Amino acid sequence: MNIVGETLATAIPGSVALLYPSLGELISERTGVTNLGTEGSMLSGALAGIAVTLATGNPVLGVLAAAVAGAACAAVHALAVVLRGANQLASGLVIWFLALGVTSVLGSPLNGKIVDPLPALRIPVLASIPGIGPALFDQNALVYAAYLLAPAIWLFLTYTRTGLALRATGERPAVVFAGGHNPTALRFSATTVGGALAGLGGAQLALGIVGNWANGMTNGYGFVAVAVVIFARWTPLGVVAGSYLFGVALALASVIQANGIGVNQYLLDSLPYAVTIIVLVLVSRFGRSNAPESQRDALSETV
Amino acid sequence: MRTSARAAAAIVAAAAVVLLAACSGSSAASTGASKKATTVGFIMVGSTDDAGYNEAVEDGAKAVEKDLGTSVKVITADNIPENDSVTQTMQAMANQGAKIIFATSYGYYKYALEFAKAHPDITVLHQGGFLDGTFPKNFGTYWGEAYDPVGLGGMAAGAVTKSDKLGFIYAFPIAQSIANIDAFELGAQKVNPNAQTYVVNTSNWCDPLKQKQAVTALLNQGVDVFSQHQDCQSTVIQAVKSAGKKIVGYHYDAKSLDPDGWLTGSAWKWAPVYEAIIKSVEGGTFTGSKYNANWTGTFADGNNPLQLASFGSSVPADVQSKILAEKDALSKPGSSIFEGPIYCQDGTVLVPAGKTATYADTNSFSCLVKGVVGTLPKS
Repeated sequence: MNIVGETLATAIPGSVALLYPSLGELISERTGVTNLGTEGSMLSGALAGIAVTLATGNPVLGVLAAAVAGAACAAVHALAVVLRGANQLASGLVIWFLALGVTSVLGSPLNGKIVDPLPALRIPVLASIPGIGPALFDQNALVYAAYLLAPAIWLFLTYTRTGLALRATGERPAVVFAGGHNPTALRFSATTVGGALAGLGGAQLALGIVGNWANGMTNGYGFVAVAVVIFARWTPLGVVAGSYLFGVALALASVIQANGIGVNQYLLDSLPYAVTIIVLVLVSRFGRSNAPESQRDALSETV
Repeated sequence: MRTSARAAAAIVAAAAVVLLAACSGSSAASTGASKKATTVGFIMVGSTDDAGYNEAVEDGAKAVEKDLGTSVKVITADNIPENDSVTQTMQAMANQGAKIIFATSYGYYKYALEFAKAHPDITVLHQGGFLDGTFPKNFGTYWGEAYDPVGLGGMAAGAVTKSDKLGFIYAFPIAQSIANIDAFELGAQKVNPNAQTYVVNTSNWCDPLKQKQAVTALLNQGVDVFSQHQDCQSTVIQAVKSAGKKIVGYHYDAKSLDPDGWLTGSAWKWAPVYEAIIKSVEGGTFTGSKYNANWTGTFADGNNPLQLASFGSSVPADVQSKILAEKDALSKPGSSIFEGPIYCQDGTVLVPAGKTATYADTNSFSCLVKGVVGTLPKS
């Protein structure tokens, strides 16, 4: 494999672990709800995925459990923010702290236990494309699902009535209400679905990539997902680009070192963040330029 | 205003739950309390079930409890980050009557030293640190000559590799890790002059995603035997296992995770050190003793807390006997894997011919030896 293929093969599983929560956060934010608890949803998903797979021996159930656990965390956030009008930033951070503490306690006995990671399913023909083929088409099912999910979410948001109502909820909920939809229900479900996707991101990390649980194993990637959505200016295409870009830059640190090339470690560590921010800011002029209006109102609310 | 009141209430409620969770997580497991019992605290940075560094500490603490019986009361705290939290944990242990505290993570060093200075009545021990200066009367560091067993693991790796490419995944360019990488490569060279060690760092003691990426990147270079200096081992062992490659472990004997791929490794056995230190404090002989200094267990003294782990099935019998013979050689007084001449990658002399590096020397190692591929980051 050449170095491009090598980097991609290393990067894509990690990019997908970031793409799920980013897409989830995108849906949620387009209805006006920012969820800093995304990191918590990922952690819960990772733990639930490993725990259920260990208990049942069935990774499919593990993945489902991950989605449910992620959704449950987000539902608590939605309950506080959408139904009770709590401050979004405060509630999100509380959910994160809570998930970090609870998963550490519950997950403690699972440290050091391993499961087989989800198997790579080689797609015939496509996987034989020279260079990038093996990197893109010799991956696990969650990776392929993510390939399809991103355009599906774009189509849904752009071309369906529900997608329109969802986006409108993020701008002018009163208009949506007048139009016969229920903005509260839309926000609640979008936030919860977003959490389910973050849970899948956790599953990709724990079940899809490494095959074990370690306390706090998401190491802040959930917050990166929230940042990606903002820097991608709330566009699905930007979110996809940002996630893959971050994943590639993250993997580059390992690939560059394994190739014996000397680069400052601390520079390498900041690379994913720097590259993602710079590129997304540069391309932002092509997308929408403002946050969903009602989200801005919600966030500027003083505690 | 109603909103803000609710948010505040939510934060308070959640903080309470987190505190509860944290308390039960840092399980203040105590047993065998009697009136004269000495309370001993152990603080760990990670989980007590990490099949790695922290589980080895937990095993040591349990052994202390079992061996010393009612004369000690053991309290432990795990998942304590390397920041002010460790000071708070030490204070909490002091409030519970702890007279001896073992701060067992590398990054606890400065907090442990400060705490010792502020609390002359409590003896504070730091695991793995090195104090270059005057010791407070109630402070000591302890460690083992880790690089000797790591070098033995390197021999197993060098003998078994088919591609002559070994991989070493570390976290930060600290002296301990540098010495381990160098020892690993030197050990490999003893049985295979062509063996090269490729290095990748993860900037984290336990980030499974980066560990996995490091393994993948090294596999792409043709590396077929891996080793590591990370706190949690599972991800690397498992990634190596799925690739059908070999692993030399560190911190903990994790052969059971991959019986076929496991070559050998080094595993901490802390109990004898902990117990000797506790007894010296109880007997009032700690101050001025060898433990009131940078204490290092070695093969030569027969008290190296880092032991050679068990051999896996992939290590041929003749290689095993070569490694055991080398272990005997390293057990002679004054010997070490760092026997000159040893050269850095750029050709400068690390250890001159005829000299053997001491533990103190290795604490100022700042170069990778010839045969290591990759560079050390500059801070």
